[in-house]
Amino acid sequence: MKTIAEIGLLAEQYDIAIVGAGPAGLSAAARAAELGLSVLLADENPAPGGQIYRAITTTPVTDRSVLGEDYWKGGALIARLERTDAVYAPGCTVWSVAPDEAGGFELGLSLGGQARLVAARQIILATGAQERPFPIPGWTLPGVMTAGAAQIVLKSSGLVPGGRTVIAGCGPLLYLLAGQLAAAGANIVAVLDTTPRRNWLAAIAAFPDFLRSPYLAKGLKLMTQARGKLPFRTGVTSLAAEGTDTVTGVKVTRGGATETIACDALLLHQGVIPGINLSNAAGCAQAFDAVQRCWTPTVDDWFASSIPGIAIAGDGAGIGGAESAALRGEIAALDAARRLGRLSEAERDEKAAPTRAGLARSLRGRRFLDLLYRPAEAFLAPPADETIVCRCEEVTAGQIRDTASRLGVTGPNQMKAFLRCGMGPCQGRLCGPTVVELIAQVHGVSPAETGYYRLRPPVKPITLGELAALPPTEFAVKAVVR
Amino acid sequence: MFRPIAEAKASDGTRVAPVGFTFDGRAMTARAGDTVAAALLANGVQACRQTPVSGAPRGPYCMMGVCFECLVVIDGIGNRQGCLVPLRDGMRIQTQAGRRQPDEVQS
Ligand code: FES
Repeated sequence: MKTIAEIGLLAEQYDIAIVGAGPAGLSAAARAAELGLSVLLADENPAPGGQIYRAITTTPVTDRSVLGEDYWKGGALIARLERTDAVYAPGCTVWSVAPDEAGGFELGLSLGGQARLVAARQIILATGAQERPFPIPGWTLPGVMTAGAAQIVLKSSGLVPGGRTVIAGCGPLLYLLAGQLAAAGANIVAVLDTTPRRNWLAAIAAFPDFLRSPYLAKGLKLMTQARGKLPFRTGVTSLAAEGTDTVTGVKVTRGGATETIACDALLLHQGVIPGINLSNAAGCAQAFDAVQRCWTPTVDDWFASSIPGIAIAGDGAGIGGAESAALRGEIAALDAARRLGRLSEAERDEKAAPTRAGLARSLRGRRFLDLLYRPAEAFLAPPADETIVCRCEEVTAGQIRDTASRLGVTGPNQMKAFLRCGMGPCQGRLCGPTVVELIAQVHGVSPAETGYYRLRPPVKPITLGELAALPPTEFAVKAVVR
Repeated sequence: MFRPIAEAKASDGTRVAPVGFTFDGRAMTARAGDTVAAALLANGVQACRQTPVSGAPRGPYCMMGVCFECLVVIDGIGNRQGCLVPLRDGMRIQTQAGRRQPDEVQS
């Protein structure tokens, strides 16, 4: 592996460019490089691992029991990549992926305050997941973070929330995070579980499969450990963060009764959803996944997107967890090698067979978790009018509902034009899913009918200076010279 | 407010010298290897910007580059995502204050 710290040191062209150095990107890069392809692995974080193996090579957390054995598995992925010739660019933002004239792609990159265009014949997007937005009144107060954010700070800096800490939400990760923070010495005063009780009815049919899954032992252990040691409260139906300049408490409703729990930190989690901004802006088709309740890029068995030459591996193409992400990266890399003529179809299939078997194993039981931990309607489409939905432009649920019903706005792109939601620097990452749910609810249609934001590059803000300093291409010159 | 866990102090305290920086002129230190956003959290800084719409205080929310709540001014350059920028010795970090006024913009 060759680590690049300066954008000028990148080559003009690579066989494969991979975006994201989490489990999917790391294993895709390793596999492609092992097959003798020239590989660029670009990642905006300072160190490899993605979020799940965040800071695996640099973490100050030395007590292995704090983060658990699964975390430390990430080291093997990086060790494997290190043995290859892949080029790894940390701190490098990919802000655009577009077709080039040669039938490949042109990537817009930014590193160390400088932008550059680099060509790649094949692309694998391994941009991973983000936490589902969890809009409640007061969630913009300083001191309110995602539970994943606290986990990132723990992994990468060895820090835990210092005061009274409340964790609220739903999903297997919630228990894991609560357990890790508690093991690291955080003072968790309440774990507020919003899992709707009726989800059990929907999930129970998928239970037999779950019983045979590798999740079972792990999941049950996490749950019993967390429940035994932590102050759990189930059946939570409504939450509101309180405070003026910083969070001081959380108002909780369960079983019809409301109480306020004082806290210094409130950590929110409502499951994870694919990060789709780059694939959406590149033009890859996507569809609404009614089980996982999120927009997901459409991919085939080899994780190829609707655009030939762009594959999407890992949680960015649907949530499956770290283990399956690594396997999916591998499969996508094999297919990219086939497209590049490095492998025949038969060789590709043969090499992929054991990985596919592992993938099927790692995904078994997933459906049960997806159904059980489906967020309640009240957290997908916040009922309180004052709840901020678009954090960047401070657009509220009330404004969105009102605009959808009174002005007849039927989709998020139109909503954007009316209210500016999704137009701030996060480009809809924090409001998109909620805006869609609210519009769908008002009109009594499914999110699939509502559609999603049509995103455009650059998918991350870059300065005009960076753009202006790009060397003009022949095409760009022709476009303005008559 | 975040605090280091015991393990980090014990194993790293002697090995790595802390990094010095300023936040709105106040001198602070943090662990080498922290991001700017983590360094601020470790120093008890909850809010690092005010929004351009209402001026409400905001602090880091996702720590992974998606929410843009950690925007700060670093060494005079605004709109930097604190959770993605590694802390460097001597950095001058400032609150990103609300909307930019036209008369502040230089050449
Ligand atoms: S804290 Fe969300 S982008 Fe930095």
